[in-house]
This record gives sequence, C-alpha cells and structure tokens, in this order.
Amino acid sequence: MREILDCDVAVVGGGIVGGSAALFLRRMGFSVTLLERDWCGAKASGVNFGGVRRQGRPLEQLPLSQRAHAIWGRLPELLGTDAEYIRSGHLKLARSEADLESLIAYRERSAGFGLDLEIVAGDEFRRRFPALGDRAVGGSLCPEDGHANPRLVSPAFARAAAAAGASVREQTPLDRVERDGDRFVLLSGEALEVRSRFLLNTAGAWSHRVADAFGEPVPLVSLHPNMAVTEPLPRFLDVNIGVEGGGVYGRQAPRGNMVVGGGRGFALDADRARPQRDAVLTLMRDAAELFPQIRHAHVIRCWTGVEGYTPDRNPIIGPSRTTPNLFHAFGFSGAGFQIGPGVGEALAELVRDGRSSAPLDAFRIDRFPPDTTATP
Amino acid sequence: MSAAPHTLLKPVIVGAGPAGIRAAEALVAAGLRPVVIDEAARWGGQIYRQPPEGGFVRPKSALYGFEAGKADAVHRAMATIRDRVDYRPRTLAWNCEERALDLLCDGATEVLPFSHLILATGATDRVLPFPGWTTPGVFTLGGSQVALKFQGCAVGRRVTFLGTGPLLYLVAYQYLKAGVEVAGVFDTAPFDAQARAAAGMLRDPATLAKGLCYVGWLRAHGVTIRNNVRPVRVEGGERVEALVWTQDGREERTPCDAVAFGLGLRSETQLADLAGCRFRFDAMDRAWLPERDPAGRSSVAGVYLAGDGSGIAGADAAEAAGERAALALLEDAGLAFAHERAATLDHKLARIAAFRRALSAAFPFPDDWAGAIADDTMVCRCEGVTAGALRAVATTGQAREINRAKALTRAGMGRCQGRMCGAATTELLARALGTGPDGVGRLRAQPPIKPLPVAAEPASGGSAS
Repeated sequence: MREILDCDVAVVGGGIVGGSAALFLRRMGFSVTLLERDWCGAKASGVNFGGVRRQGRPLEQLPLSQRAHAIWGRLPELLGTDAEYIRSGHLKLARSEADLESLIAYRERSAGFGLDLEIVAGDEFRRRFPALGDRAVGGSLCPEDGHANPRLVSPAFARAAAAAGASVREQTPLDRVERDGDRFVLLSGEALEVRSRFLLNTAGAWSHRVADAFGEPVPLVSLHPNMAVTEPLPRFLDVNIGVEGGGVYGRQAPRGNMVVGGGRGFALDADRARPQRDAVLTLMRDAAELFPQIRHAHVIRCWTGVEGYTPDRNPIIGPSRTTPNLFHAFGFSGAGFQIGPGVGEALAELVRDGRSSAPLDAFRIDRFPPDTTATP
Repeated sequence: MSAAPHTLLKPVIVGAGPAGIRAAEALVAAGLRPVVIDEAARWGGQIYRQPPEGGFVRPKSALYGFEAGKADAVHRAMATIRDRVDYRPRTLAWNCEERALDLLCDGATEVLPFSHLILATGATDRVLPFPGWTTPGVFTLGGSQVALKFQGCAVGRRVTFLGTGPLLYLVAYQYLKAGVEVAGVFDTAPFDAQARAAAGMLRDPATLAKGLCYVGWLRAHGVTIRNNVRPVRVEGGERVEALVWTQDGREERTPCDAVAFGLGLRSETQLADLAGCRFRFDAMDRAWLPERDPAGRSSVAGVYLAGDGSGIAGADAAEAAGERAALALLEDAGLAFAHERAATLDHKLARIAAFRRALSAAFPFPDDWAGAIADDTMVCRCEGVTAGALRAVATTGQAREINRAKALTRAGMGRCQGRMCGAATTELLARALGTGPDGVGRLRAQPPIKPLPVAAEPASGGSAS
C-alpha cells in the first residue's frame, strides 16, 4: 500500500543545505518531509575537507556566509553537538609578494562584511606561525574562521530536523516529481507519495534532475575534489590553511590527523568517484613541501566525493523561473559546507516570506541562458 | 577472445604465496613472463613464509611440520621459474585504477599497467575483541606463527591458545615442538561439533589425520584442551599475566605471559574492490567476497581471483586455484588451454570445498561472542572506538550500516582501515541491529590499501615492462 504524506514543504536532498532548511522550517512551524536517496549528509556535505571558511569567497556570497557564521556559533544549541567545530582561524598563505598584494586587495574589498581580516607578513608571520617557516611571505588571517568534522555536522542537521518533527526519509530516492494544481507530488517507487505546497531542490550534484523535471536545464557538472589524511601526528597546526591562487589546503584535526586536499578524483559513475593516482601523488608532494611536519608520516586514506559545479562557481539559490513555490539551492562548486546552514535559513525565509533577508540576486538561476550546456 | 601475441600480454600476479606461485608457474609454462608482486622479502606467502635470508637456519621440517614437503615444493617451483618472471619482492600494490596497479617499493611509487591480473592476496586473522585483548602479550594466531617461522622466537614463555579453527591446534603444536610451554588450548567450538563434522572431514583423511595428530600430540604432552570456551578477560597491565575463561558457566584462570588467539581467517579483498569486482555475501566466511567462477574469473574481464584472498579454503586449495586461474587466463587470451589439467584442478577444488564445509561445521564461528562484548571494550584500536560507542549509533538509529557507523564513530578509519577491526565491527553492529553480518553492508575500500609514506616519490625511469 502506498503511504501518502501531506506537508507544507518537501525537501529533496538531506545534505547540509536540505537538512538545515528542514530544521529552520520546523522551527518556523511548517510541516516538512525530507527525502534522501542515501543517508543524510553522506555525500559532498559529509565527505568534504571540513573547512569552515568565509575568507576568500566572492563578495556576493559574504552576506549569506556571515549569517551561516552566526549559525555555526550556535551548533551545540541547534544540534546538541559541536561536531569538532573549532574557530581556529583560517590563514590564506601568500607564496609571493604578488599573492600578498592580492590578499591585501581582498581585505580592502571585503572590509564592510565583518571578516576582520588581518594581514601578517615578514618576521611577524614567522614569529606567529613558526610551523609554516619561510614557505610563505605572509598571509591573511580570518581569526573566526575554522574547521569542523563534516561526517558529524551534516548528518546532525537532518537528525535535529527529525527531532524537531520533520519526517526524514533516508534510503528514499525521488523517482518522479510533478505539479498537481497548487501541490507538488513526489513519488518514491510505489511505496511513498509526498504532497506539498513548497518544494526545495537541495539535491547537490544531482539537483539538475529536479530542475530538468520542471523545464529548467542548468549547466551543472560533477567534479571530485581529492583529499587525503595522515595518521595522527603531534599537534603542530591550529589554523586551517589555504593558499592564495589555489593548490593544496590543509588542517590538523583535533585527533592529530592532518587532512589535506588538492587536485581532482574521477567518476566511477554518476553516483560514485575515486581519488585519482596522479592527483594523490601530486597532493602528497605538495603537502609535504608546505607542511614538512608530515614528511615522515603516512597517508592512511584518500577519498573524494561528488560535488556540483556551475560555470561561474557561484551557487544557484532562489526561486525557480518556471514553477511557483519551487526553490533551488545547489551548485556550491566545492564551497558549500560553511555557507550551507545560512542557505538553509534563507530557504526557510523564502518559504515563509517569499523573500530572504540576505541578497540572493547573484545566485539567480536565470543568469544562465536556458540552453547553456555544461562544461567542466 | 582472439589470440594475442605473447609479447602484448602483461599478466601481473599479486601475491607470492601458494596461489601466486602456482599461477606464475602455469603462465611461465605457456611462455609468458608474468610480473609477481609480493609484500614479503622472500616468496612463500604467510603459510610457507621463509625466514630472512642470511640469518638463522632452521630445517623446513621444524618450520612447517607435516607441510614441509608442500612448502618445499612451492618454494622450489618459484626458484625454478625465478629467471622467467619479473619478481618484485618487498612491494606493496596500494591501488588499482584503470587497468594498472600502483606499487610502492623501497619508498618509490610506480604505475604498473596490466593486461591480465591475478589477485592472490591471501588472508589475515579474524579477531573479535574481549576485555584485555589489547594488553601487550596478546597476539593473533597467525602473528604467533609468523614470530616462530620468521623471527625464530616465541610470543611468550608460557602461552595460552584461544579461538577456533585448525590454526588453533597447529600453532599450539608448533609452539610445543619449539619448546614453549603451552598453558592451554581453549576452543570456542563445542566438542560435539567436531565429532559430528568428522564424517564430512573423512573426505580428506590425510588432512583429518594431521589434525588429529596435532590434538593427540598436545594431549600426550599433558596440554589442557577445552571446548566450548569463552574468554572472560586477559589480566595484566604492562604484560599478560593470565587468561580468565569460562566453560559451561564455570570460570577458571590460567596464568600465562602470552595469549595467541584467532577465529579463523578473513580475506584481503581491497584490491579486488578497487579493481571493480562485484562482491557477494558468503555465509560460511561471514564476509563479503569478490565473486569468482569455479575457474577464478572475477566479474571484471581479465581480473582473476585465487587463494584465500577471495574466500578461505587453505593452502592446498590456493595452489590448485592459482594454477586454475592461470589456465583460465590463458584460455581467455586465446592461448593453448590445458583442458584435462583444468578438469583435474576443478575436481580437486570441489573436493577441498566439501572438506572446508565440514571444517567450518567443526569449528563454528562463535556468533554469541559479539553480543557479549562489554561496552567499554575497545573494538577499533587505531581510533580507540569502544563497543559501546558502536552500539550507541546503531541503537539510536543513526547508523543502519557499517560505512555510516564508520563515519560517525571513526571505527575502521585508522591505520588499518578496518582490515583488523572490520569483522568485529560487522558482527557487533549486526547484533545491535538484530540482523546478520550480511545485513550491515561492507566497508568500501579506498586507496591506499595500506599506509603510504607521504614522502613516496615516483621511481626514476618510469614503469618497467
């Protein structure tokens, strides 16, 4: 017999965006059903690097990122766990004077957003960050950025939503979705039918399937950031490290393991990806060069995930252009973890008020022509 | 498949135990020059492991007991073909991607493409935790045997043997023969299981006779042998002082300075996983194993499986399966196929499989053990995850399968990547969720399959051919 659930809002995808949206919607009093094909927070939200970073984002993301920052500060209250979240600071390294200039320019451009960036260079840099020695001429520190354990944070949002009364259905793929009058009808096999007034498309790298179903093709491609972790090491690094211009990034987890990322894995199929051998070896070489402290350690695991990327590397957030009461939030292009809960809150506002208090114009879906083809 | 010139074939064998060596021998006989990758410094595998070269010398009869003849034959087979294979000792195959292996040897990495791959990756001990199992002086049965065969030393002066399976009695016998005091042999299997299974084991009377001989020898030398035993705890802080155990509700304490324990073996399947092989649950091994047809073909064309690495069947089966997989490879490559020999091997493998079923009935897995593990007992020792922590994520509905339990608790996330604790985690979760070990999924393999030095550099000169 088919189970029929009637609710205010159906959420497709239980990552950090969908899970937090479900939580905030419940706190506003909406009835919510969340469908997750796998386990909540098991895809990109749960297997990313774990950087909780505002610094370096395009300016148009900073208002949402600041809101997310406030939510991260309330994790124990919201989720009942701190999920190893630490405001350790995020230090973006400049490996040349030109890179330092570029960090200084970003500091000036972002001055009104409250990141409190501090440029540290020369002798002071070496004094304050002795672990980094002379491998950078300086850096830009965002003192309240940090890192967290994505395996714990992302499932916890969906769990908190469930505890707040959302119906969270894991191992429940969305097989068909359509409009029926002013309702959305979602079908998972023959077993489950969900009817809702609102629909949130937070299905990560697979969100284009939902968008397609409403005549809204989007240029989304899947890419696979490559990551590796060492065995636990004596503590030598508190701050979360990035490098201006890209390349390797790293953080030392509370247990002592050094987590590093860089390069890309490859797809096994639409749902699964693996680290790529050359990327792994390049990453190890670059990481050992930047962090000589790990030179004599071992990598115990490499991994990657499936993440949706847009051509301009900004997410798509906001109302559908074809279908009333459908809202999208996907395409975070490898930078959705920190901003995710802020986006979840903005989605809840869109449902409640028809608008979000954070500016979302830069993320409109119609910035891409309907016939845009996807290229990585 | 159409015939390919020999020179275009690049067969690679992983593992130089009985399966890998017999596979190599068959390929060499057909005029091929396989690469043989092995982690050990000398060929022989775990069962026929050779002592280090240039060190002490012990006769094979002392090292391998009744199996000395077989060990010698396997060693000689490899010595005979040594010049006709590209033998790579001390080499770890840490990844498989796009029909090439990633190797690590002496700190250098190398990419080795293959046209055909025979995985003969062997097995390690299967262990379940109990209070005190991480105390210094507690070893696995296989580890205790390696100490004797490879290092020429015992794990203690007065050793108790705990667990079940043929290795329990074999290693106890080898220790006794080596002059070590055997404080007791404690089998978790009920005695009547062995009596009932004896009929089935008559299919292979020689092997049965050897087993009975080990037991007889132990008894004749006054060694305490008990059945239906469960461990209570290991006592001792810096070092093992005693094993406390129960039999039919009676608790006893056996003073000793070492414990060797194991509950059979588990297959090393990670490379097969990375090679893309399809897996199935095997009820007898209580494990997910790569599928293989009777000849050793996996679900991936050109990838073959032989020996304990794809299902526990022992050294004799490994020899036959290694050769059989090589014959399948030759057939698939369009080379001369030895029909009669293949039929003989198929028959032999079927006979061993029947014996193996009887053996598994004689030494049943103690499936009540996992449920009895106290909450504060460490299950994943790399990451310090207790039984209680694992049960908590299961009973609160947070984890209904093993990869999620790993993500939430870190069990299986450390140096061993679940190779040591995976079986225990599976059994414990299954118990907590009220399902069988087939109901909790399997840990996905990720490269590297063993820790990879960050400083590893690509070998100069690129890949050899």
